Amino acid sequence: MKGISKAFPGVRALADVHLEIAKGEVLALIGENGAGKSTLVKILGGVHQPDSGIIDIDGKRVTIDSVTAADRHGIGFVHQELNILDNLDVAGNVFLGREPRKFGLINRRQIYADTQPYLEMLGLDVDPSTPLHMLSIGQQQMVEIAKALSKDARIIIMDEPTSSLTLKETESLLRVIKGLKERGIAIIYISHRLGEVKECCDRVVALRDGENAGGLAKEDITHDAMVSLMVGRDLGDFYRHEECRVGQEAYFQVKDLVTSMYPGKKISFDVGAGEILGFAGLVGAGRSEMAQAVFGVDRALAGKLVLDGSEIPLNSTRSVIRNGIFLAPEDRKSSGIILDFSIQHNISLASLDAFSTFGLIRHEAERAAADEQINALNVKAPSADSIVGNLSGGNQQKVVLGKWLAMSPKVLIFDEPTRGIDVGAKREIYNLMDALAKKGVAIIVISSDMEEVLGISDRIAVMHEGAIAGMLSKEQFSEEAVMHLAVGGKATAA
Amino acid sequence: MSSSPFPVQLLKNHRREAGMLALLFVLIIWTTIKTIEPGVDGLFGSKFLTLDNFKNVSRTIGIFGIFSIGVGIVIITSGIDLSIGSLMALLGILFFYGLTGSSDLVPEMSWPLAVLMTLTLGLAIGLLHGWLVGKLKLQAFVVTLCGLLSYRGIARFISHDSTVGSADAVQDISYIKMLCTGSVGDLLQGKDGSGILYSLPMSLVYLAIISVVMMVVLHRSVFGRYLYASGRNELATKYSGINTGLVIATAYAISGLFAATAAIPYAIYTSSVSPSTHGAFFELYAIAGAVLGGCSLRGGEGSILGILIGTTILIVLQNMVNLLGYESSLSDAITGGVIFFGVLGDQVGIKGVQQLFRKITGKGATAVGDGD
Repeated sequence: MKGISKAFPGVRALADVHLEIAKGEVLALIGENGAGKSTLVKILGGVHQPDSGIIDIDGKRVTIDSVTAADRHGIGFVHQELNILDNLDVAGNVFLGREPRKFGLINRRQIYADTQPYLEMLGLDVDPSTPLHMLSIGQQQMVEIAKALSKDARIIIMDEPTSSLTLKETESLLRVIKGLKERGIAIIYISHRLGEVKECCDRVVALRDGENAGGLAKEDITHDAMVSLMVGRDLGDFYRHEECRVGQEAYFQVKDLVTSMYPGKKISFDVGAGEILGFAGLVGAGRSEMAQAVFGVDRALAGKLVLDGSEIPLNSTRSVIRNGIFLAPEDRKSSGIILDFSIQHNISLASLDAFSTFGLIRHEAERAAADEQINALNVKAPSADSIVGNLSGGNQQKVVLGKWLAMSPKVLIFDEPTRGIDVGAKREIYNLMDALAKKGVAIIVISSDMEEVLGISDRIAVMHEGAIAGMLSKEQFSEEAVMHLAVGGKATAA
Repeated sequence: MSSSPFPVQLLKNHRREAGMLALLFVLIIWTTIKTIEPGVDGLFGSKFLTLDNFKNVSRTIGIFGIFSIGVGIVIITSGIDLSIGSLMALLGILFFYGLTGSSDLVPEMSWPLAVLMTLTLGLAIGLLHGWLVGKLKLQAFVVTLCGLLSYRGIARFISHDSTVGSADAVQDISYIKMLCTGSVGDLLQGKDGSGILYSLPMSLVYLAIISVVMMVVLHRSVFGRYLYASGRNELATKYSGINTGLVIATAYAISGLFAATAAIPYAIYTSSVSPSTHGAFFELYAIAGAVLGGCSLRGGEGSILGILIGTTILIVLQNMVNLLGYESSLSDAITGGVIFFGVLGDQVGIKGVQQLFRKITGKGATAVGDGD
């Protein structure tokens, strides 16, 4: 790809960007949100057309004016949000639109037989007739890769493939990538997780504000080098939280909580004021379910919540919120914000009672509160009336936080707070956690990002199959210790 | 930063309403011109602009507007209420039974009590729908479809499938008649006058009061914000500590109450309720009016003003078909066509027209001046 430019109304998304990839190369494409990564690969995938620039494949000039054209040129796309139909089976997804037919009906034997080799190639041990909804997200993603392979893809684009995978699944994905590489398939790998990039990529290309910002060869790939390429400035210490708990009384306690997902397991823990308690574990270990049960949006079967010595009724989101316990949920778009609402309406949603008299909203007060949060959190948007759906992931997360910060939090639960968020916004969120902790807010951070959970927490609770497998103090922190507990190892291995 | 002048801002925020208002004006002007006949007593000599026709049209708008607002509110919560027409038939029959005492089912009662009973029943049935949809999470379409079938069925059963009228009432029902089908003039200055006040039907007054109240509720109140929020993203609203089940249930209760509110003047106006046809398809007119006025079936979108405009377009269309002497059987087809093209034009909008224009004029080769 040479000299690719693309403008959207009011925004210049790409300016004269170059990108090359060799057969069997794994190329990491990195950059902050809005840097133009997605636009660039969407042009390659035929979703957008460039305003100018050329694309050569194998020395031949090509025009990719549709997704079908991209298919024809051997370009496969594994999307961030999976593009699967979970009511169909594996084979039906792999051969969607190209089903082998017999008398106009789908030839079942043929389609299963044709699917099998691709699954074997990827080491995916499922039957081709398994319905997709019975597979884990990681397995579903493998099905998408199988789909690309079945179309003879020579270039596979992976847009944030690991953002919703467990550690184990991520590892097996990285293994598959190595396998694909050996077959001579070129892979463009977009990720915010720099650890993975370091592990699996041969070369790094960074974009910044729609322009090439430089690249790194394999031996030069380091965390710091990548970060400074992406942001164009030195970030200083990424995680800055200093431990401030030491010897404090338990401020918020969860006692013998039983979630409906693991009815046989009890969860107990406490957080001090000013402490950041990390929750690590594999996806499915019940961390989000624990948070949702505490917050009262999922039914808790039993348990006790105690804040500052007084008990809070279980299973009532309203009273939990009234007591200053807030949740920034894992699935931001579906449960954190209302995408079609303005920033102002999102921020005020939980605290409208404070801005109203006799049930009527005082718009000036509402506006002032929204503006205050927008300024405090540095939300990048034209005004408080901007629709949240048009903001980047980082700014959307800030709106979620703004909703709660407008109400003076006592306990703040972050569930995957930086998923799909660029480096700059990530750091702002870490700084915010630190600032809140300093003010005495008890903070719980659920994260599947190992680096993040080790970097930000004062203590880490590791969950395994619905129970807390072990609690690590700062001096015990290590990736190995967390993994050991997460896969079911005994605490404090003697 | 660079905020547009107020009227432009207003237009931007209410694009759909403005578009439909323009459609309504075109419709009115068209009908006015087409119905000009020599010797007619109306404005510009148009049959459409006579006081009598105005009274007729606005009475119907009043009745249809009231229940359309109820259905519109349900649609804003991303629900649907299909039971309106059948509910109005059932309530009409029960109301008349109360007035006349002609059935063992309902004791004879004074008319204020009959009104109260009808409103309470409407509210109760609405609450039932709300409980089923909001709390038990049954699908609104299914719940109210069952309502559509069963209320009509019950109405036919209790009336033995024969017409129920108000004529055999023993008590004097002239006052409630006046309140329902009379005019502002009748109320203020006594019977049998003439003039503009006598052409202002009471049902339009009720609609005006309900509209103003609901405008405040929908666009100014906390509850109104919760309605839109629940309609747009119920989960996120729930995660903000709002009892979305209760909010949604309230919307259905309002819809039931407004259906009852409209059922009374409509029953009095028809003076006899034939159980199998009374109010048939009203639920669909309500949905059509709300959608035409900018309510999205996805929920979270719509305004009272829009619903009023949408309803008015429907009624004026039907009136036009009558006045122009088309086959009245054609009226629904015309209504359907106008709704379709209205919504299509709004969806495709200016952009679509531009694209079409670009395709015709030169395959996108024409430079698009996108300024900054």
